[in-house]
Amino acid sequence: MEKKKAKRKINSSTFLLMITIVLFAVMYIAGMIIFEDKGFAKPQMFMNLFISNAGLIVIGCGMTLVMITGGIDISVGSVTALVCMSAAYAMENKGMSAISAVVISLLIGILFGVVQGYLVTYLEIQPFIVTLAGMFFGRGLTAVISTDMIAIKNKTFLAWANYRINLPFGTYNRRGMFIPAYIYPTVIIALGVVILITIMLKFTKFGRNLYAIGGNQQSAVMMGLNVKRTKMKAYVLDGFLAGLGGFLFCLNSCAGFVEQAKGLEMDAIASAVIGGTLLSGGVGTVIGTLFGVLINGTISSLITTQGTLSSWWVRITLSALLCFFIVLQAIIAAVKRKKKKN
Amino acid sequence: MKIKKILCSVLLATCMLFSLTACGSSNGSKDAKKADDSSKSGNITVGFSQVGAESDWRTANSTSMKETFSEENGYTLIFDDAQQKQENQIKAIRNFIQQEVDYIVLAPVTETGWDTVLKEAKDAGIPVIIVDRMVKVSDDSLYTAWVGSNFELEGKKAAAWLKAYLDATGRGNEKINIVDIQGTIGASAQIGRTKGLEAACKENKNWTLLAKETGEFTQAKGQEVMESLLKKHGDDIDVVYCENDNEAFGAIDAITAAGKKVGTGKDDILVMSFDSTKTGLTDVKDGKIILDTECNPLHGPRVEEIIKSLEAGKEPDKKQYVDEEVFAAVKDVAKISADGKDYDVTVVTDDVISKRAY
Repeated sequence: MEKKKAKRKINSSTFLLMITIVLFAVMYIAGMIIFEDKGFAKPQMFMNLFISNAGLIVIGCGMTLVMITGGIDISVGSVTALVCMSAAYAMENKGMSAISAVVISLLIGILFGVVQGYLVTYLEIQPFIVTLAGMFFGRGLTAVISTDMIAIKNKTFLAWANYRINLPFGTYNRRGMFIPAYIYPTVIIALGVVILITIMLKFTKFGRNLYAIGGNQQSAVMMGLNVKRTKMKAYVLDGFLAGLGGFLFCLNSCAGFVEQAKGLEMDAIASAVIGGTLLSGGVGTVIGTLFGVLINGTISSLITTQGTLSSWWVRITLSALLCFFIVLQAIIAAVKRKKKKN
Repeated sequence: MKIKKILCSVLLATCMLFSLTACGSSNGSKDAKKADDSSKSGNITVGFSQVGAESDWRTANSTSMKETFSEENGYTLIFDDAQQKQENQIKAIRNFIQQEVDYIVLAPVTETGWDTVLKEAKDAGIPVIIVDRMVKVSDDSLYTAWVGSNFELEGKKAAAWLKAYLDATGRGNEKINIVDIQGTIGASAQIGRTKGLEAACKENKNWTLLAKETGEFTQAKGQEVMESLLKKHGDDIDVVYCENDNEAFGAIDAITAAGKKVGTGKDDILVMSFDSTKTGLTDVKDGKIILDTECNPLHGPRVEEIIKSLEAGKEPDKKQYVDEEVFAAVKDVAKISADGKDYDVTVVTDDVISKRAY
């Protein structure tokens, strides 16, 4: 019985994932056909999706983990701002090295994860409230460090940020010059995280426990799983990924300031939901979240390329997609319930 | 049963995709036609990344760009609203590069963090013209030219007027308490205007800067900040220095709601503002705002000049300031001097307002 149920869950999750991937492919290919003359078909356009969203991909992975356990983390945007600001402050005002900035960033993320995880799992406070407090705290602390914007001029850091990795393919521009497509190291890190987390979710005990807890916490307890420790681990890992994602975000913007990454948490949640993660927990993959982020990026680059539409249409299209996926999830859940009854 | 449901969902999904692509393609065909037109007539393509639409000033700035770079004038403008987010602007610039636009015009949200993406533009051989706020980059050759306002001068002009006005009305030696409702922290306008005021407060020993708080250039936040300042400092406030018109509108609402008056009376609060939008100047005429220092948003023509000189193979000046005026509600001060230059003070009349373009 247990086995059968698990199998079905994976089925519905694969189904949601497939829809996301198909949707992305269709959208992107449509864009390539429609806007071919505007350079949408260029490989670099595709790479830009990853370059601009590397931080969001990593943060979305963390979000997916806590959402699988049935939780949520809305502090990630503030953590990103705090990480950027701390890294910038450490390097520019304290003269620390870029390496120590990385360490600081990751420590901030882990610290948020530990504290929030403890409050959620051991004191059993609603994750929304805990991370809401974390969100205010992070943004507030960022402003305490500095209300002025800090530009990062650290040589090592800039070398990382500007280290272009040319790919063996590219396009010719109008002047007939060959321009290879390129990515930045942030993209490799982001994709690495996606692969590692996918493996972890699929093949480790911890990964399977996460799904079990999210599916039904009661039965997970009865099955003898250490629910609290698993949840705690999920939040710490989420915090770590928020710290790492924040640092990648910082590599893209090369600055720290209070208003940075406002609303990033909502983008991360939206990406996870579009990628097939259920808000109620138990279902979700990071590959899906990756495609969720890519869909988000594709919509915005389609609208920028179009050139005359207001960029607020990005939000409107995104909301339509979110509705679509939530309805789809509801249908799947209804089908499941019916099957159970039969 | 299950198969039926899945089929149904797939059908739904395809329906939606079709509707998406359908609306996309209708736009696309229009665009394709436009692109054809432009390649025939040799239109110059300009990609403009705008901060957002947070204030009247910004809207006027966008309108100026759209009017200047119109199809009739021989341009194709790709306009992108970044919704106040730097990451959106970085995305938009990368997109412009892939579209191989002829020029990129950037009104940056923030001063920093542009090195990487401007380097990409430079490598692609696309000149970048910065408007409004300045950028701080490690290498100045990353952008071709900058067009904008001298914000510190604006602040200095406002402070010079206040000093002259206080002298003229016999309050030159009184203790004056000022609160500063700042713009979005880190924006050049905020930095320059705050600097201008701070310098004046240091010079004039009888001026005290009671508080500095950000109103984020919006009416709602301006009102909120003013409410809290009134609670904290109450009757002590003599002058409110708002760093744009929208904040001033909010501050005026808050002052009136607290049962106080704005204007020139003995216990009234003087409201100073920047930008000089049409609505702002109407408030100046009504005596609600005592002084409004202009921040000229009509950058379009200046940017076009730069593009024309670049097209002609000339090298334009790297830094270009737009001309700006000072508008007052009262006649007490006719001339002010700031940074060693004299400026006339315009008293606002209906005529002045009707001539205003934004």
